[in-house]
Amino acid sequence: MNWSVWLPLMVVASALLPGLIIFCLPEEKVYWRTVLNLAGAFSKLLLTGWMLWGVYHGYQYEARIVFLPNLDLVLRADSLSLLFIALSSLLWLLTTIYAIGYLEGSPHRSRFFGFFSLCVTSTSGVALSGNLITFLLFYELLTLVTYPLVVHRGTEAARQAGQAYLIYTMSGGALLLLGTAWLYTLTGTLEFKPLGILHTLDEENHPALIIIFALLIAGLGVKAALVPLHGWLPQAMIAPAPVSALLHAVAVVKAGAFGIVRVVYDVFGIDFAAGLGVTEPLACLAAITILYGSLRALTQDNLKRRLAFSTVSQVSYITLGVAIAGPLASIGGVVHLVHQGLMKITLFFCAGNLAETLGIHKVREMNGVGRRMPWTMTAFTIGAFGMIGAPPIAGFVSKWYLGLGALETGEYWMIPVLVGSGLLNAVYFLPVLHRAWFRDPPDNWPKVRNFGNKETAWALLLPPVITATLALLAGVMASAWFSPLEWVKLIAQREFYRP
Amino acid sequence: MNHALLYALVGVGLFLLGFYALIIHAHLLRKILALNIMGSGVFLVLVALAKRTHDAYPDPVPHAMVITGIVIAVSATALMLVLLLKIFAKTGQAALSDRHKK
Amino acid sequence: MQIETMLTAVDWAVVVIMLPLAGGIACFLWPVMSKQLGLITVTGIALSVAGLGWRIMEHGAYRHAVGGWGAPLGIDLFADGLSLCMLIMITTVGLGISFYASSYFESRRAVWFWPIWLFLLAALNALFLSADIFNLYVTLELTGLAAVALTALTGRIDALNGAMRYLLAMLLGSLTYLLGVALLYHDAGSVDIATLAQRIEPNATVWTALGLMSAGLALKTALFPLNFWLPPAHASAPAPVSALLSALVVKASFYILLRLWLEIFGSFADNAALLLGLLGATAILWGSLQALCQTRIKLLVAYSTVAQIGYLFLAYPLASGSNDMIWSVAVYLAFSHALAKSAMFLATGNLIQFGGHDRITDLDRAVQRLPLTVAAFALAGVSIMGLPPSSGFTGKWLLLETAVTQERWDLALVIIAGGVLAAGYVFKVLGYAFTQAEKPHDAKTVSASMEWTAFLLAAGAILLGFMAPEILTLIRLDIAVNIDGKAV
Repeated sequence: MNWSVWLPLMVVASALLPGLIIFCLPEEKVYWRTVLNLAGAFSKLLLTGWMLWGVYHGYQYEARIVFLPNLDLVLRADSLSLLFIALSSLLWLLTTIYAIGYLEGSPHRSRFFGFFSLCVTSTSGVALSGNLITFLLFYELLTLVTYPLVVHRGTEAARQAGQAYLIYTMSGGALLLLGTAWLYTLTGTLEFKPLGILHTLDEENHPALIIIFALLIAGLGVKAALVPLHGWLPQAMIAPAPVSALLHAVAVVKAGAFGIVRVVYDVFGIDFAAGLGVTEPLACLAAITILYGSLRALTQDNLKRRLAFSTVSQVSYITLGVAIAGPLASIGGVVHLVHQGLMKITLFFCAGNLAETLGIHKVREMNGVGRRMPWTMTAFTIGAFGMIGAPPIAGFVSKWYLGLGALETGEYWMIPVLVGSGLLNAVYFLPVLHRAWFRDPPDNWPKVRNFGNKETAWALLLPPVITATLALLAGVMASAWFSPLEWVKLIAQREFYRP
Repeated sequence: MNHALLYALVGVGLFLLGFYALIIHAHLLRKILALNIMGSGVFLVLVALAKRTHDAYPDPVPHAMVITGIVIAVSATALMLVLLLKIFAKTGQAALSDRHKK
Repeated sequence: MQIETMLTAVDWAVVVIMLPLAGGIACFLWPVMSKQLGLITVTGIALSVAGLGWRIMEHGAYRHAVGGWGAPLGIDLFADGLSLCMLIMITTVGLGISFYASSYFESRRAVWFWPIWLFLLAALNALFLSADIFNLYVTLELTGLAAVALTALTGRIDALNGAMRYLLAMLLGSLTYLLGVALLYHDAGSVDIATLAQRIEPNATVWTALGLMSAGLALKTALFPLNFWLPPAHASAPAPVSALLSALVVKASFYILLRLWLEIFGSFADNAALLLGLLGATAILWGSLQALCQTRIKLLVAYSTVAQIGYLFLAYPLASGSNDMIWSVAVYLAFSHALAKSAMFLATGNLIQFGGHDRITDLDRAVQRLPLTVAAFALAGVSIMGLPPSSGFTGKWLLLETAVTQERWDLALVIIAGGVLAAGYVFKVLGYAFTQAEKPHDAKTVSASMEWTAFLLAAGAILLGFMAPEILTLIRLDIAVNIDGKAV
């Protein structure tokens, strides 16, 4: 058996097969569903670990099938895709545990977990795509399989949120398709290659390439929630908490951001893109999004909406880092892919816990909740401080490298953006923390579910505590050989700035 | 202008006449008649143009075609008449109503 | 070796036509057995098409002179990769529709359905095997008559109206086509396509014939703005009939137009091709917008057919840039649409049987209560929207690639916009399948075989997307020989 071919396929299948089987399971088979979910998630984690080891030691993993003459579908594991795969495998496992606890006793769980697995399948596919057409395939698949999750509750409001989600993502997908097809007619290939595939093109193609870049970024920017394409994201908050967590930390938003990384580094090549003059506008757009998201988050009373706007802002750090043509900024941006995932999923888990246990949906209902649910709120606090960028949590590391990168390339305007965004983050997170820890709890919580003497179900509590710990560790041990930061340095050295 | 061309032009005239009637009349029987006249026009063209050369014998192939065409026209007319009768039995009028738009 | 000789000895083309004809007559004579006879016949056709396919793959394009007369007096049957591909389409979708119909119709209607359906199959098979333009007329008429009879099957007034409108349009279209045939025969002295391909020179008569034939066929294919008859007919027919009308019957006239273009007109009629492309582009936009406005699923799906037919016509202007690959793409898209649209209509039929109506806003949690059917609708929708991974995506990707290469940005934008609009109308249905209706209805059960047929056809539309290289090669089999005008 040729593992280099089978391993990428197995990573995708490890999420796909449980998903397909779960669809066929009757609703009441809770035990089998749980077993399948966890088996899939654990095997994916193991396979990912195997590939991490292999790629670190320089093995090649690639699976290819013919799609059209001269155009293959390719799954390939390089160091960048493994970063994303590792993040998604880990968080899939935790989110699955969380979702099992969260949805206990609610209807249509087979459907939910089926699409949940398909969502992870598409994310793995996005991560492992070895060329733009494969990426496009999984990217669109992701749109399709997240739709049932967004409208899962089946209310009119959910339907409308789903409609808004589709209008945005489908239009984005259309732009991406046009850009991809155009690129293909110019280059005849869509492979992702270190340093890009466009060096050989003549000067006269450059105007077309600028438009193609704009089309691709616009298509990806919808999912990455770049202003003004972010409108779907706050609306999609209607979905159940595990879905929001997955959408924001791992799947949809990250797929967009990851796509931007791929396009800038592996299709255009950062130096070529900088030469075209397209990275500057992208950086400006990212900076605007960072500030705009933070400003909008200030005024949101609904906790999940506040977190949603915070996502809009935070994901653009990735784009910002990518768009600055310097190794340090790239490292800061790409490592934020992981760091933001860990921190944001913690926050969403906690918000879900508050809603499930005490019925709290709004910031102003959070008075004194820290005393009632200390573990949850500790995790929340770590996540929030990480978002603000306080050392020693993971968010600080990303911002530190972004700042260094800005200095390195002489983009001094970025410093006020970073500082300003950090301040704004503080302004919208600290009052929440203040309420939770220092105000007196009300006599009655909006809607209490009883979990005995525990603060909430263990399946709801364990995931945020783990992710918060990881976010803390990713910051404290940033220089250890197994930290995300070190891996991203490896990526930068192997793929982005190869001598 | 030879005979064949004259007949052919008459055929085209019949075709156009039938087409006009098909469009303007709402009554289904008139529409059916109009289609039959159009068909006759086409057959006339086929028969007339069979005399392609100045030989004594006209080309027999178009004549065979016309016979086939007539058979088809008869069956189509029969089907149209059956539908007309059914519509008339249901609605009491021999015209198309636009109920599908509701 | 023995088997191979036997397979070669059989004239599969004749079998493919005679089998459904005999089956239809048998169904008519023994109405009690019609369901069984029908299913056996359809399976037999599938095997014969496989035999024909084997023969074409092994020995190249195939010509059979019926009764040994041969052109110009006799009738020739001719099959190349293109015909074979259309036959495979008919057979695959036809098998699905037949299995669906065997559970769908109660015995009173089944007695009428099976013989007419088998006659329709005979006519379609004969059409795809015809080698001359007059025989194409005859088979086209037979197809139309059988299709109209099937449309009127329920005997309800909207079905009768739809059928009548359909029949009038059909006859107008075929008479116009026949007038074109007459002129072409006058000019070239033959109706045999291969002979015409050698003799035709562009002159006034040929141009008139071209205009008449194209107009007649465009009417039959429901190309915008000649699509007025399609939505009422397709929406009022019983579900399996709607499926076969949308999936198969409109493809018949499209095939004739394609064949004419490929072998006779393509070399000089660039202006007409531009016009057809323009109409196709308008059809995509107009049909999609109309579909988006519908409140009933069946009409929505019917307007979607109008839009998707537009895509097929985009091949005409793109082919004028010396790219003959694009014809294969059009045929591939037609195949893809046949699978997806039949699945969509059959799924709609399930929804109607389930809830007793097809109002979109009252779908009443069909997702939970009829998951397989909604999955079929969704998968078919994915292909219709042209999202990956599906045959709709592959086909539209190839169209888009060609449009961009030729810098036809207008067409590229229409292709893209059509996809987004299609997503709009498909998800309009799917979104309401999640919500609860204001007034709950009593639900009737839908038989499992009906659900599975719809699902398998939809899955076929997805899987076809991964077989693009093979299908595209198959379509081009021996076409090049015909383009050069050499008799096979």
